[in-house]
Amino acid sequence: MKENKKLQVSAIKDGTVIDHIPAKNLFKVIRILGLMNLENQVTFGTNLDSQKLGKKAIIKLSNKFFEDEEISKIILVAPKARLNIIKNYEVIDKKLVSVPDKIIGIAKCVNPKCVTNHEKVKTKFKVLSKSNVALKCLYCEKITDEEHIEIII
Amino acid sequence: MKNRSLVSIDDYSKEEINRILDLAEYFEENPNQKILEGKVIASLFFEPSTRTRLSFESAVNKLGGRIIGFTDSSTSSVTKGESLNDTIRTVSKYSDLIVMRHPLEGSARFASEVSDVPVINAGDGANQHPTQTLLDLYSIKKTQGTLENLNVFLVGDLKYGRTVHSLLIALSNFNPVFNFISHEKLRIPDEYKLILDELGVKYYEHSEFTDIISKADIIYMTRVQKERFSDPVEYEKTKNVYVLKNSMLENTKENLKILHPLPRVNEIDEDVDDNSKAYYFTQALNGVFTRQAIISSILGLK
Ligand SMILES: [Zn+2]
Repeated sequence: MKENKKLQVSAIKDGTVIDHIPAKNLFKVIRILGLMNLENQVTFGTNLDSQKLGKKAIIKLSNKFFEDEEISKIILVAPKARLNIIKNYEVIDKKLVSVPDKIIGIAKCVNPKCVTNHEKVKTKFKVLSKSNVALKCLYCEKITDEEHIEIII
Repeated sequence: MKNRSLVSIDDYSKEEINRILDLAEYFEENPNQKILEGKVIASLFFEPSTRTRLSFESAVNKLGGRIIGFTDSSTSSVTKGESLNDTIRTVSKYSDLIVMRHPLEGSARFASEVSDVPVINAGDGANQHPTQTLLDLYSIKKTQGTLENLNVFLVGDLKYGRTVHSLLIALSNFNPVFNFISHEKLRIPDEYKLILDELGVKYYEHSEFTDIISKADIIYMTRVQKERFSDPVEYEKTKNVYVLKNSMLENTKENLKILHPLPRVNEIDEDVDDNSKAYYFTQALNGVFTRQAIISSILGLK
């Protein structure tokens, strides 16, 4: 069972593998999770073949495990991402990204007259729809739908 | 409600709305009381709105409070580029309550987060104007004796009119039936229809302003703004279709009252003004009592 499929990026002993990231959003995932500031070993591969996504990216993090809330932030850019939790070279758990109730400071409000686009205010959204992510701004109360979501970090 | 900001009409529950309306009735009977003695109310109008500002200032004066502030941002430090954050933090040190109007949407919510004292939103762009909604509710309750089970007609700009949207949400607590009359370009947005569907509130949409108004308990008229049309010809046409004239009121219900947030353009003909069903000028006066109720309730004085 443990024999891996063709390894596209080298294996890790303990940590987390984030799979099924759309290739074009790899660097957004890195920024949202703040991976550039980690001291841990991080390897990633991108433009890998994927049946689901066309081109996908994958990130492997040694000795790094995420709380559900932390990882849920990437829902905006990698809704189909899958987490493999690795202990001693074995996948001991698999998780999907859960949809958070609120999104803070990651996306831009679509309303040009919103205070968050003029003052130094962290954006805050309530997540309305769990299937097609729609965000309701907690300041101007306007809705930013999935196709207009712009990541600002 | 004590010490809590009023930014959006959904900040108040049905019970809290009822409490404000009862208090407004009390202030209508006893308008002059010195319960705000020693209190300083900051009135920050980052954009001018004489009507709303005078209504608030009248409410504060009748209660014996003091007012500091500015009437439009060109005369304040805001023109020197001070951030909203800094203005609010500073003013909240000098005052017991802030009343603010600002062109940016969400500005009042942001102010309520950085202020040490409660904030009353007197209009944030096209977003919310909850004191207008409460005075509309007070006017409806006063003229109908109740807010429950009313047939409410909303006419004009139902797409962009923030007073319409807030009124819908607030009235939905009271089992209404809504009838929407508007040009197809100014229809009620889908997101509000979804909310009404979820709440199980009945509503009907019409594009013609006809004798269906004979069923109305309340007709809430709004103005159609020129800016909403890219084609000036279409604006001229539309603006003359949704006009209420005295002759249209012949077969309407005895208890019908006509409301309008004012100022009007031409959507209510002046020949309606002397009809006893015209209520829009009294409605404006009700704003003072409603604001007295809101201010004294937030300051914990009533
Ligand atoms: Zn916004």
